[in-house]
Amino acid sequence: MTNALLTGADASTEVPLKRRLRRAERARQVKALALVAPLLVFLLFTFAGPIAGMLWRSVDDREVRQVLPQTVAALADWDGKDLPDEKAFAALASDVLAARAAGTIAIAAKRLNYALNGFRTILTSTARNLKVAPEPGTAKETLGKINPAWRERATWTTIKDAGGPVTGFYLLAALDLTRNADGAIVAAAPDQAIYRGLFARTFVISLSVTLLCLILGFPVAYLLATLPPGRSNLLMIFVLLPFWTSLLVRTCAWIVLLQSKGVVNDSLHWLGIIDEPLRLIYNRFGVCVAMTHVLLPFMILPLYSSMKAISPAYMRAAASLGAPPLTAFLRIYLPQTLPGVGAGSLLVFILALGYYITPALVGGAADQMISYFIALYTTETANWGLASALGAVLLLATLLLALVYGKLVQGQQVTGGMKN
Amino acid sequence: MSGNSSLRTPSQRIAWATTIVVSALVFIFLIAPILAIMPLSFSSGSYLTYPLPGLSWRWYDDFISSPRWMNSLKNSLIIGVASTALSMVLGTLAALGLAQWKSRFKPLVLAFVLSPVVVPGVITAVGLYFYFAPIGLTGSYLGLILAHTALATPFVVITVGATLQSFDTNLARAAASLGASPLYAFRRVILPLILPGLASGALFAFATSFDEVVIVLFMAGPEQRTLPREMFSGIRENISPTITAAAVILTTVSVILLATMEALRRRNERLKGGG
Repeated sequence: MTNALLTGADASTEVPLKRRLRRAERARQVKALALVAPLLVFLLFTFAGPIAGMLWRSVDDREVRQVLPQTVAALADWDGKDLPDEKAFAALASDVLAARAAGTIAIAAKRLNYALNGFRTILTSTARNLKVAPEPGTAKETLGKINPAWRERATWTTIKDAGGPVTGFYLLAALDLTRNADGAIVAAAPDQAIYRGLFARTFVISLSVTLLCLILGFPVAYLLATLPPGRSNLLMIFVLLPFWTSLLVRTCAWIVLLQSKGVVNDSLHWLGIIDEPLRLIYNRFGVCVAMTHVLLPFMILPLYSSMKAISPAYMRAAASLGAPPLTAFLRIYLPQTLPGVGAGSLLVFILALGYYITPALVGGAADQMISYFIALYTTETANWGLASALGAVLLLATLLLALVYGKLVQGQQVTGGMKN
Repeated sequence: MSGNSSLRTPSQRIAWATTIVVSALVFIFLIAPILAIMPLSFSSGSYLTYPLPGLSWRWYDDFISSPRWMNSLKNSLIIGVASTALSMVLGTLAALGLAQWKSRFKPLVLAFVLSPVVVPGVITAVGLYFYFAPIGLTGSYLGLILAHTALATPFVVITVGATLQSFDTNLARAAASLGASPLYAFRRVILPLILPGLASGALFAFATSFDEVVIVLFMAGPEQRTLPREMFSGIRENISPTITAAAVILTTVSVILLATMEALRRRNERLKGGG
């Protein structure tokens, strides 16, 4: 420092000083970046990489191409208007024989069955009945005899569409859309069009929980922000203890309380209010109650931060200017809490959207949210393409909302207040 | 009481009373479930309802003598401590770097570093499941530790970052001008001052790992099942009172973490007030 000042005093070296300062600053920046780098590399490997991999899986479509390579190649220049020519049939016969020998028929059959119900049977019956490669020029006839489905155009467009290497199939399916034989995007068959309803359900549950949290959280935050610090710190424990208690413990507690022979039903029965146990859990009610309980602190804490920042002088000023208390509250206090209301609501809504454990444990079949199906398709049915596509839609929704949240709390430091 | 000073009219008093009553009900809603489950773990009967037929330690005995539960507790501690340690190193370095770094990309980098908190657990879990399986990291402690570290580090970056924001950089300059090497200055000047922030970061990181269940659900083999994971299966099958004993043990850990956190916060406030 002193050194730099001394040289700076020498007029002839004024420019080098600037340059040296700049160089020192640059070195500082490089050092700073070097400190952040390990975490960035780590997160690339353990977080961004896996998520990018999942996103890739939602468009990746190489199974059919790997099992039926010649067929996919032969169909590449097929215009899709009439049945493909003999060359494609011969390629399919040769592919099926090779795939049967390699034991990979099921992989292609599974993928093709997603696109066209019954394709599994078409392919496996063909594999079973095709003993030897057909004579040149007779492939079309032979395959048509084994399964008449090969005489239909839709069978072949399905293979062509599934030829990969990338597809919009899963992403379209996640939005209840599909391509018809002519390649146009149309609504999916009603028995497969379940995902928009599922997204709507996820949205409705998240919104209900957010509203419940806001209604319950607002008075509590107001009380905590208004009471003197000693008392509000004490009462804050009622908010922080659940916040720190394990999600599993809280979910378990609600089951113990709400089940048909649970504490609530027993007490109501003992008091003579009910004869039959009420159905309080494994339905929408149970999901909303348990999720509200889990997420309520995330509403109260940002609300509290924003209310704490409102100077009581404003309300006094309003009163001294003759505003009735209600008017002062509605016109002066409430508008100032809106950033907190927005931040808390968005936070709760974002967290609720991705909920899995609580609905899985306290909900019925009709209360499962999108995460449940992502998990189901990943581990149970191994429809990884669809799981990834649903995940991609959920991720997009979450990130967009998080972006809004980020803008909202910018400078507000709600999270900072929350974590301390 | 500051609330009272403006309570002049009856309607205001009614509004204030309503706030208190509603808040009291919400506090009961928040706390009662956690309190209600605790006595059941001391029941001598096997039904999860009141009144208790008698008191006993049998469900805690059950927990302690069950290799499945004890193994899960051990796993939770191993994974929690290891991922806390790793996230402390990565998170503290990153927070120190971010505090000095000036760039228009900084908000972007910060958003990336914090994103594991926002992304739904299932998405992270599914991504890791696909990604770690081919390289043999599913069904391993290492895989779970790495995954939990990714989830926990943002909390370390936030808490340590907040502490650094209130840190007076002149102190570091003073140390340097008095001839301290950067490492010595960090160890003797910076570290003691940011230690409470580091401690809260560590508590957050540990709590994050200790409570995490979605990733464990996807990635853990039978050997790596953690306490929340074991509770998840237990709740799915049928709720035995042993689960309530496990819940009490988990809650005790939470209370210890919360109490430490509060103590740190109070200490910090006192220091700030004194300064």
